[in-house]
Amino acid sequence: MTLEELERIAAGTKNARAAGGHEVNVCLAAGCLSQHSDALKEALEKEARKASASCRVRGTGCMGLCSAGPLVSVEPGGVLYRNVKPEDAPAIVRSAGGEPLRRLQCSRDQAFFQRQVHIVTENSGKLDPEKIEEYIAADGYKGMIRALTEMTPAAVVQEISRSGLRGRGGAGYPTGLKWGTVAKTDSAVKYVVCNADEGDPGAFMDRSVLESDPQRVLEGMIIAGYAVGASRGYLYVRAEYPLALKRLETAIGEARQLGLLGINICGTAFSFDIEVRIGGGAYVCGEETALIASIEGKRGTPRPRPPYPAQSGIWGMPTLINNVETFASVPAIVRRGAEWYAALGTPKSKGTKVFALSGKVKNNGLIEVPMGMTLREIIFEIGGGVPEGRKFKAVQTGGPSGGCIPEQFLDRPVDYESLRELGSIMGSGGMVVMDDTSCMVNVARFFMEFCMAESCGKCIPCRAGTAQMHEMLTRICDGRATHKDLEMLISLCDMVGATSLCGLGQAAPNPVLSTLRYFQDEYLEHIEAKRCRAGVCECGAAAEVRA
Amino acid sequence: MSVHAAQPPLPSDDKRWRIVNGTMRRHGHARQALIETLHTVQELFGYLDEEALKFVAASLRVPLSQAYGVATFYHFFSLKPPAQHECHVCMGTACYIKGAAQLLARAEEVLGVKPGETTPNGTASLLAERCMGSCSLAPVTIFDGEVAREASAKQVQERLERWLAHDA
Ligand SMILES: Cc1cc2nc3c(=O)[nH]c(=O)nc-3n(C[C@H](O)[C@H](O)[C@H](O)COP(=O)(O)O)c2cc1C
Ligand code: FES
Repeated sequence: MTLEELERIAAGTKNARAAGGHEVNVCLAAGCLSQHSDALKEALEKEARKASASCRVRGTGCMGLCSAGPLVSVEPGGVLYRNVKPEDAPAIVRSAGGEPLRRLQCSRDQAFFQRQVHIVTENSGKLDPEKIEEYIAADGYKGMIRALTEMTPAAVVQEISRSGLRGRGGAGYPTGLKWGTVAKTDSAVKYVVCNADEGDPGAFMDRSVLESDPQRVLEGMIIAGYAVGASRGYLYVRAEYPLALKRLETAIGEARQLGLLGINICGTAFSFDIEVRIGGGAYVCGEETALIASIEGKRGTPRPRPPYPAQSGIWGMPTLINNVETFASVPAIVRRGAEWYAALGTPKSKGTKVFALSGKVKNNGLIEVPMGMTLREIIFEIGGGVPEGRKFKAVQTGGPSGGCIPEQFLDRPVDYESLRELGSIMGSGGMVVMDDTSCMVNVARFFMEFCMAESCGKCIPCRAGTAQMHEMLTRICDGRATHKDLEMLISLCDMVGATSLCGLGQAAPNPVLSTLRYFQDEYLEHIEAKRCRAGVCECGAAAEVRA
Repeated sequence: MSVHAAQPPLPSDDKRWRIVNGTMRRHGHARQALIETLHTVQELFGYLDEEALKFVAASLRVPLSQAYGVATFYHFFSLKPPAQHECHVCMGTACYIKGAAQLLARAEEVLGVKPGETTPNGTASLLAERCMGSCSLAPVTIFDGEVAREASAKQVQERLERWLAHDA
């Protein structure tokens, strides 16, 4: 495949689509699909066949506003419909290209759509994720061909470094630096791994990207393989995402067929292939050394670092591990240049970040915004604020490794450093909004229960410490604790954080520490007055009966 | 690793074992195929029984203890046959914030079992999940593979009672 051939495919696809008349697009990503958007698509197809008007029905990826699903869009024109039912099919098909149906229309003028900047999700909801030609027509694989034919591997690493891209899996390690480390190792065999284990509860960014634009992730991995000198890639996907798995298998097959994956890609000396590995539903397998053990067919327990996977990963070979969103950012960077990317965001956090917005916020769904946007803009403008007239209390970022950020910091920009300063982390992108019906002690206990259950048990601080902390938090929630318990809890937080083997245990105290920092009065209320102001915990009398 | 090394006989002439063998063959019967193979078994049989673990361990030449260790480490694998019906209640953050604990409590009450357990007659299993990745639809419950968005405790109760009544 050459650039000319690629452009021929792109032109052919675009022409065919233009000649096909109006397009009625139905979201077939998991959110809408679980509300039977497949049946809706069938109903639309049936109508389209009947109608005299020329219109085509397509299945696409996620359109973002999942809480208003099933979503349907009509192009050209950008009309969006919400909560569509199969009964609406005749009216939608009839009106395609004409006056939009007011009763179903979802305005694109609202901040939810206007304030976003799409890079990773630029094709999401616009193309059929099971048709590689559509990805190619959207400039897909141009970046890869450019890298393979016009750039040296070192130049690709340089480009990624200059873009300022940082790992989207949570820790924010500079991607170019990581690629450079693997590239410099002297080894005939190296691996590239895409971490699609997405275990943080409240996070569904990777799921959506894989379901909506799988080719993009493959392209990013191939470019990475070329840059670091690897010829084999693994995509480790959690088993809970069967649709993502299916679309990836389809995507890999299509890419192989066009010679974009496999031996001598695009007639160059570079060969690269990708294999999908299914996770087993253990949270700790998202940790890179545990993930490597899992790919090797073993129990997914982490091991101490160094050596880092970049030096010694799968079978002891240098291994590059990046998150789905990290890889998905790469094609656009190579295609449009590092400067273009680095112009977005803040001085230390470049580009865009995809967030999964959920909880007590009006607009639930998937959003992509430039780094540096404030939490208030995200929650109150894009998210539409807290529904049912309730009061905002906190936003949780970073999952079980993160923290809860209160109202007074909502004007802070979202970037890696500022979230860390606030006692949380960027994490993978889950953002769960909480209102005054949530008890912050109870939330801390909830996350500790998670860490306790997901601790792999290999190191004692994490295995025993999380259980002890959970017990103490339960006592506080139940109104059975004293100030002494609170002191012990704080010292255990220190100990577990400092001595655990992997990130799971090291970060397990974060939800406790951040809620203690901002909501200490709630802890004290549980202890002293045996009272839970949110009415979630059964403090005092009720708890004594239980205990 | 030779593909022609002596392989243990198939546990029975159930055709599904040949598919399991196919998975192992695709990976050249390498030890690293253990998890992939167990996924195939679980998909075909619904769970991993002793016979399956022994067969897979012997075929891939891994100690039975390792196969057992892997099967019990990963939540996705089950060592017990699946119940007739399965109710998954998501207890991820978004669902929890939106009242999933009440749904789970109601489900426990109706079925009379704790999460991870099956009713004595094998009618229904109750499972508490981490996050189904459908947080926009929270609280999420899955009844036999069908996702119910923003379910109420009452809806959960009605659904489960229907399962129990059918079996009675
Ligand atoms: C307990 C634990 C769970 C993790 N889960 C994930 C995950 O689900 N997805 C992910 O990409 N990274 C996860 N990570 C981070 C990975 O270890 C690793 O840093 C990341 O995949 C590197 O990719 P990046 O540099 O592109 O972010 C987890 C880390 C820990 C400690
Ligand atoms: S928290 Fe329930 S689906 Fe994500």
